[in-house]
Amino acid sequence: MKKGVMRPGHVQIRVLDLEEALEHYRDLLGLIEMDRDTQGRVYLKGWTEVDKFSVVLRKADEPGMDFMGFKVLNNEVLSQLESDLTAYGCDVEQISSGELKGCGRRIRFVAPTGHSFELYAEKEQTGKWGLSNVNPEAWPRGLKGMKATRFDHCLLYGPNVEATYQLFRDVLGFDLAEQVVDPEGNRIAAFLTASMKAHDVAFIDCPEPGKFHHASFFLDSWEQVLRAGDLISMTDTSIDIGPTRHGLTHGQTIYFFDPSGNRNEVFCGGDYHYPDHPPVTWKAEDLGKAIFYHDRVLNERFLSVLT
Amino acid sequence: MFTITVESSPTRQSFQISTGDSVLVGSEKCLSNLIPVGCRGGGCGVCKVRVVEGDYSSKCMSKAHICDAQAADGYVLACRVYPLSDMCIELVKR
Ligand code: FES
Ligand SMILES: [Fe+2]
Repeated sequence: MKKGVMRPGHVQIRVLDLEEALEHYRDLLGLIEMDRDTQGRVYLKGWTEVDKFSVVLRKADEPGMDFMGFKVLNNEVLSQLESDLTAYGCDVEQISSGELKGCGRRIRFVAPTGHSFELYAEKEQTGKWGLSNVNPEAWPRGLKGMKATRFDHCLLYGPNVEATYQLFRDVLGFDLAEQVVDPEGNRIAAFLTASMKAHDVAFIDCPEPGKFHHASFFLDSWEQVLRAGDLISMTDTSIDIGPTRHGLTHGQTIYFFDPSGNRNEVFCGGDYHYPDHPPVTWKAEDLGKAIFYHDRVLNERFLSVLT
Repeated sequence: MFTITVESSPTRQSFQISTGDSVLVGSEKCLSNLIPVGCRGGGCGVCKVRVVEGDYSSKCMSKAHICDAQAADGYVLACRVYPLSDMCIELVKR
């Protein structure tokens, strides 16, 4: 049942070198640089996003994900979810308005998989980049690289996928859109949505907590995904796999790495989910096809290369 | 061109590497498959090796995989190491 969580709002990614990371996220993915703060963090977003930013880059000693944030409907929902999380047994940390520039009060908790998540209700709205809200043109000129349209979802690896799924379902109102189930009936992957998208966040079981598999950005067409592949080669960017199609969600995709080794995805298409839809199930025995629909075999990296 | 010799593979093997390539990318280009390939960005740790001999320059590597003590012992991530001479490296069991 919906609890007022709207969408993935931001992800803070740790990088080893900020300038290299900017060349990647701004010039190659085509995200728009929106701001910087006194901590040296850089704020970016996809051009179709109305809120001020969705990706925050922070220089650190080790790459990975600091946290992923979801925007909720309003402040009443935020307060309600805060008490619901506490009642569920989560430690809820308060982060004051403005700690991320242009973002209102946030609450943060750690899921059983070891990842930090945030909820917030308010963020400055700068509008779609380069377009007016009145009689908008089809797209803005001057976009760079892959012209990524929006931050879409993260795939995260950690233990206790089941407990994390229950927390997201029972407290935050996410639906299970797709799952991978092993022969003993254990759910080893949960693809969760708060919207009609096939996933807003996904989890895959792994012994090490808090691992980051990828942050994903949406493109409009298969042609754009192929063009992204061309740009990856032109810039000698580290490729993982693709262009190909996923079995899970059926999105058309390419995986590659940022200069600090964090995996990125750009994709298009994908299934949709309504709250009354039963989850789609993939069998763990067929994980190769579930992940890479054309090759039908996993590459070793999919399960073991994480930040 | 430098020669990279890899010890502790079943047999001692070596490959040639062009200037400007990291040890990992050099190994990939020779189809040597000796060093496991991951992110190629110093983040995932799968390409960890130990330098036995040779000069190199390097870019930053995740502290989660190469802590200061390991760095002092010659452990590196092959994707962040650029040879300045012939080198001898040793694979690290994962
Ligand atoms: S391949 Fe990931 S650290 Fe070298
Ligand atoms: Fe994805």
